[in-house]
Amino acid sequence: MSAKAAVVVFPGSNCDQDNVRSWKAVTGLTADLVWHKETSLPNYDLVIVPGGFSFGDYLRCGAIARFSPIMGEIVRLAKRGNLILGICNGFQILTEAGLLPGALNRNKNLLYLCLDVHLRVENDRTAFTGDYRRGQVLKIPISHGEGGYSLKASELKALNDSDRVVFRYCAPDGTVSPEDAPNGSQDNVAGIVNGRGNVLGMMPHPERLAEEDLGGTDGRALFTSILQTLKGGL
Amino acid sequence: MKFKANVKVMLKPSVLDPQGATLERALKSMGHDNVSSIRVGKLIELVLESPDAQEAAKAANDWADRLLANPNMENYSLTLEPLT
Repeated sequence: MSAKAAVVVFPGSNCDQDNVRSWKAVTGLTADLVWHKETSLPNYDLVIVPGGFSFGDYLRCGAIARFSPIMGEIVRLAKRGNLILGICNGFQILTEAGLLPGALNRNKNLLYLCLDVHLRVENDRTAFTGDYRRGQVLKIPISHGEGGYSLKASELKALNDSDRVVFRYCAPDGTVSPEDAPNGSQDNVAGIVNGRGNVLGMMPHPERLAEEDLGGTDGRALFTSILQTLKGGL
Repeated sequence: MKFKANVKVMLKPSVLDPQGATLERALKSMGHDNVSSIRVGKLIELVLESPDAQEAAKAANDWADRLLANPNMENYSLTLEPLT
């Protein structure tokens, strides 16, 4: 079994250490921090693109990080089928890089939102969500100013039709209506996968809720699911 | 030759513009009921060196396509003038 994990560090990343810690706490395995100037990530089965404010969020969130040297390698690994997980700013970077469709727009109320939200698991058959169950409601924090998912209506329909919306903002009882997406995300989208299913982007922070001492463990299953996938071979 | 380019980046009409909506409410709260359709964008100025205007336009458009604007949610327009 191989489950080697890397967490990318851009200037301005601030969730890199949290991901290293949570990956270790949940799986017992170490994850390596990798500076964004690296051009090669040999033997890494999982690459986490963490949250933060890469390059100060200048121009657009993720717009500049997307051209960092490491990104060419991440695109190559994504094409190879390795697992790529983008959380928050990481999700924004992956959309800017074209690895995931759509864009993350300014929150509809213009506020930076740092709060717990409820998420409904929409797809439990991805490489990242096997240990959740479809319809399960999670409580996980968000922390972003630009998280309103935006995609052309026809492409959004295609995303839904192919079951690629993985998490949706919902009410505590699991029902979904527009007011449950505090950032104004279209169709309440909180997380999506690419067509091949090996690249996941999500705005909420599972790495902040993977240990009991931190207030909850709803984020744990994301990491155990990934481990299960990697154990089963790519 | 040096050229100055202005790249105006706007959210696509189909994309919600919360900044524009907020400004519109602010102006209305100041009593200006005759305001509508506020959109907030970005203006990016840059100077580039290029053998001629055609090459300069090509480069500036390429930069706008790749970095300055996000085609998923933004449109841009470009003006270019030679610097003397």
